[in-house]
Amino acid sequence: MNVKLKRTLGNLFYHIFVAAFAFLMVYPVLWMIFGSFKTSTQILNESHRLLPTELKWDNYISGWKGFGGITFATFFKNSIFVTTIATLGVTISSAMVAYGFSRIRFKGRNIAFACMMVTLMLPGQILLIPQYIVFQKLQWINTYKPLIVPSFFGSAFFIFMIMQFIQGLPKELDEAAIIDGCTRYSIFTRIVLPLIGPAIVTTVIINFYWKWDDFMGPLLYLSRPQKYTVSLAIKAFADATATTDYGAMFAMSTLSLLPVFFIFLFFNRYLIEGVSTTGIKG
Amino acid sequence: MKKAPEAKGKNKGFISGKWSQLVDNQNIAGYFFIMPWLLGFLLFTIMPIFTSLFLSFTSYNLTTNPKWVGMQNYVRMFTDDPLFYKSITVTIYYVIFAVPLKVGFALMIAFLLHRRSRAADFYRSVFYLPSLIGGSVAVALIWKDIFSINGPINSFLEVIGLKGVQWLGDPRYAIWTLIAMTVWQFGSSMIIFAAGLKQIPEMYYEAARIDGASRFHSFIYITLPSLSPVIFFNLVMQMINAFMTFTQAFLITLGGPLDSTLFYALYLYRRAFAYFDMGYASAMAWVLLIIIAAVTALVFKSSQYWVYYESKEK
Repeated sequence: MNVKLKRTLGNLFYHIFVAAFAFLMVYPVLWMIFGSFKTSTQILNESHRLLPTELKWDNYISGWKGFGGITFATFFKNSIFVTTIATLGVTISSAMVAYGFSRIRFKGRNIAFACMMVTLMLPGQILLIPQYIVFQKLQWINTYKPLIVPSFFGSAFFIFMIMQFIQGLPKELDEAAIIDGCTRYSIFTRIVLPLIGPAIVTTVIINFYWKWDDFMGPLLYLSRPQKYTVSLAIKAFADATATTDYGAMFAMSTLSLLPVFFIFLFFNRYLIEGVSTTGIKG
Repeated sequence: MKKAPEAKGKNKGFISGKWSQLVDNQNIAGYFFIMPWLLGFLLFTIMPIFTSLFLSFTSYNLTTNPKWVGMQNYVRMFTDDPLFYKSITVTIYYVIFAVPLKVGFALMIAFLLHRRSRAADFYRSVFYLPSLIGGSVAVALIWKDIFSINGPINSFLEVIGLKGVQWLGDPRYAIWTLIAMTVWQFGSSMIIFAAGLKQIPEMYYEAARIDGASRFHSFIYITLPSLSPVIFFNLVMQMINAFMTFTQAFLITLGGPLDSTLFYALYLYRRAFAYFDMGYASAMAWVLLIIIAAVTALVFKSSQYWVYYESKEK
């Protein structure tokens, strides 16, 4: 009885501690979401209060108007465009390259693979300036090309991730397919691609939110507000209005995170699904 | 694997024409598939690296042609640029505090949540949320408000009877708002640790329990050594990232006050895209690369004393 009581108490204590800590961790996020329903004076002068007194959508309406005559509809459209095309590009190219590296034994494979692994650790700063200069020479500044085109050349991170997954598929599948007359190309489209679904979805999800959140790329390459992505627009919007309209800034910040929140809800489930499918396959 | 299925396939399959045999050659097919990466590697990595190295020995402002100046950029950096030293000091201070705190937190929480229950799954995803959204502009802007004079942090301090601090206006504290933000995003490291913890055989703990070890002891003598390769991996990756921190400092403090948060990457950005001093900024990028490589090598070197690989022992 005593032992049981001790354990229950210990459990209770554990849950109180972890839950309190979890609450503390998400507090900034909650403060932002609830703040988007408060008036600017409430945000500024009653910062100890978390919950809004009433649910008002005024901030969303005034925030959506954006700045300089451009509404957030434009910025969201821009972001969706860039993110979608770039994600499409990176997923297709990375899957191809991953298959090449993990299933075909061509000359120079090991050296090429080592080069790729080195680029994983290479600080991006070193490439920043020359890349900017090249894009400037190509007159790509103020277009989406610098944000989109490099995606079509694969990304070392995703290539490596998909490779891990392909290596989990039994080699006998390839062998059987070759006997049945498949070429290395049709093995990719008919056998490997359908089986690496979870890795593809993970790539899409991770790249989507990376691109969605990307700030430095748009900051460097986009200078006309008409072209701004959401992340850059929020910054410009805050610079223009933060002193006067906190509420609207909170509302637009919340809105900009909506796609990521959405992914968060599905991402977790998908990870578990991915692990269980590979468990069965392995 | 050793059965050479390629050769067998070629003979037995119904692709018999010379052309299709040639196309299906493993070298051609191999390079066909890695072509996107290979082109990208040459165009967006190799070429820029050499351009950057060349530019670091020039004076270049984007409008006129680069002018060769030899080692001048490097000499200027080390002898005549107090901001360069300031930015190195700030960055190293940040790395030293933010990285171990982040990895430590990640490990602690992963260990705390290492139990098979729905509640633990739920908590893990809650702790992961900050990592997911922490890089966004929105969160950086909110962070600024959280630490503002009338923000929630100061309100809370007042409630428990302490006096609020000018977090963003005081050179002593401003960098801690950024460190706090980095540590707040410990979730992704935690997920990696959680996966690592699952790999440790339960019987180790059982054996320790029979021998009378406490939870604390089994953590020190079983969990930590078994997890040391994962800790090492996390430490290296987080360190490289921390050296390159840009967005948060750019959005929250803009380097200020009094350059107390002038991160190296921020200073480099300013040199390149505010002053258009591309040659100098390229030289700075190379110095950063060397610093990161040296520190990573040091951590690698130290790993032989504290990272435990099971396979080696056998």
